[in-house]
Amino acid sequence: MISVKNLSKTFGQKLAVDSVSFEVKKGEVLGFLGPNGAGKSTTMRMVTGYLPPTEGEVEIDGINVVDNPIQAKQKIGYLPESAPLYSDMTVSAFLSFTAEIRGKKSIDVEAAIETCFLGPVKNQNIDTLSKGYRHRTCLAQSILHDPEILILDEPTDGLDPNQKQEVRNLIKRMGEDKAIIFSTHILEEVEAACTRAIIIDQGRVVADGTPDQLKGKSKGAGALSVSIKGMAGSGISSEIRSLRDVADVVEVSSDDTSFRGEIHPSKKNNSLSEDVFNLCKDKGLLLEELKIEEGRLDDVFREITVADTKIGESEKSKTEEE
Amino acid sequence: MSALKYISIVFKRELKAQFNSMLAYVFIVIFVLLSMSLTFLLDDFFAPNAQDASLEFSFFRWPMWLLMFLAPAVGMRLWAEEQRTGTIELLLTMPISVWHAIVGKFLAALTVITIAILCTFPVVMTVSYLGDPDNGTIWGGYLACIFYGAGALAITCAVSALTRSSVACLIIALSICFGQLLIAIPPVLEYAADNWGGGIADILGSLGTWSHYTEMKRGVVSLANVVFYLSLVGFCLFLTSVVIKSKRA
Repeated sequence: MISVKNLSKTFGQKLAVDSVSFEVKKGEVLGFLGPNGAGKSTTMRMVTGYLPPTEGEVEIDGINVVDNPIQAKQKIGYLPESAPLYSDMTVSAFLSFTAEIRGKKSIDVEAAIETCFLGPVKNQNIDTLSKGYRHRTCLAQSILHDPEILILDEPTDGLDPNQKQEVRNLIKRMGEDKAIIFSTHILEEVEAACTRAIIIDQGRVVADGTPDQLKGKSKGAGALSVSIKGMAGSGISSEIRSLRDVADVVEVSSDDTSFRGEIHPSKKNNSLSEDVFNLCKDKGLLLEELKIEEGRLDDVFREITVADTKIGESEKSKTEEE
Repeated sequence: MSALKYISIVFKRELKAQFNSMLAYVFIVIFVLLSMSLTFLLDDFFAPNAQDASLEFSFFRWPMWLLMFLAPAVGMRLWAEEQRTGTIELLLTMPISVWHAIVGKFLAALTVITIAILCTFPVVMTVSYLGDPDNGTIWGGYLACIFYGAGALAITCAVSALTRSSVACLIIALSICFGQLLIAIPPVLEYAADNWGGGIADILGSLGTWSHYTEMKRGVVSLANVVFYLSLVGFCLFLTSVVIKSKRA
């Protein structure tokens, strides 16, 4: 549905997006992650045809966005960052305007108003609306024509927790028969609503995979959280250290009869949990808790983007020295 | 959908926006009041020997000066506001071309200006009642006003695409319109002919709006005058599209 190939964008001397490629198929919800200024919005703007790419190409359902912008835009629903709206119009007049441009009828406007819970404010002027309602009005215009492709730039920004949950559920529901890209800073959203996620930093894609795959890349992924009783904590700790594939043991709390802590394996996908279980069995210890950590998306995010920032900074200082 | 359909959708929204903001009413009232009062108070309209039932030397002297302010005031928000609020991103990601938006917005603003001009009809009724006016000259005068307004508005449109500030747009567009008027007033043309040669004076005369306006208000709606204004509008709207596209490039 969405095919992005080697997309680059420069503003003057600044390279904002650097050869980004990805595909989103029908039924996929792609989470777009990255620090501020990473190039997320610029990439989305190129996908929607608002910004022409400096290099590369975007195809929407086989239609090139630069060559056939109108046909491509007909298939897209777009919620821009900060949800801009014509403040001098009422909610329903604004939605009727967008419906008319997209060749839709008033019944579609009513449906969008209902989906986005805008009923109580539909006859209100947009400039009198709260941020949450403004955001939902802009979201309504993006889904009003039931587009095959949805591009949502921070769709939950400015919403309260209940509204955020509603929007996440909406995205998840619509994702079943559409191709959706949405950007966010909130990593739980990616886990809650996305089938795949891309981390973009300094204009480049630095990670691409399902939320589980990405979480697996974090340092904490695969570590064991254990709580063992029946021996002094230091003794249990040294017994664990003697096992194969143990890189590190971190004590969280221990006393004369118990140990609670984390065991970090030296390599992933091993049988360390079995070894710990067998160790407890052999020594007659009580294994109260054993949990394999899945890893955390925000750890991956931080590790990737911080590392990248440091590399960027060191490259910059090298250039300056030269 | 056809291009006309898209243009008419943008046109309707923009026209409603002009009247929703109340600014359109304010501009129309100010224009009508000023053009009437200048005619009746400053001119010799009521002088015993006045023979200007066709309004060429009284009423139609003023709109050019007033429109020089009115057109930038009506058009200043067309693109500046879209850029300031970010709605340009919304508009240009809808399935319409930049041209549909430019033409729709321009025509909506031109409609406001035309309504303002036509709201001065009581003065025509007055002269028709009092004397025997040359209707051709009166129509010429009105056409001159509308064409002049369209030219000034097109200039405003291009300036509006350049800036996010409506006030900056108003000042710049007003200055350009004033400059375009000044380069073709008779003293400037005489000075140019004496010092720089007749060729330069001819170029200034044809580029400036003074001579085209004064000729049309005499009832001389020549092809040259019409072509001048249409070219001015076409060029400025083209410039608007170039500016909008280049800002995103």
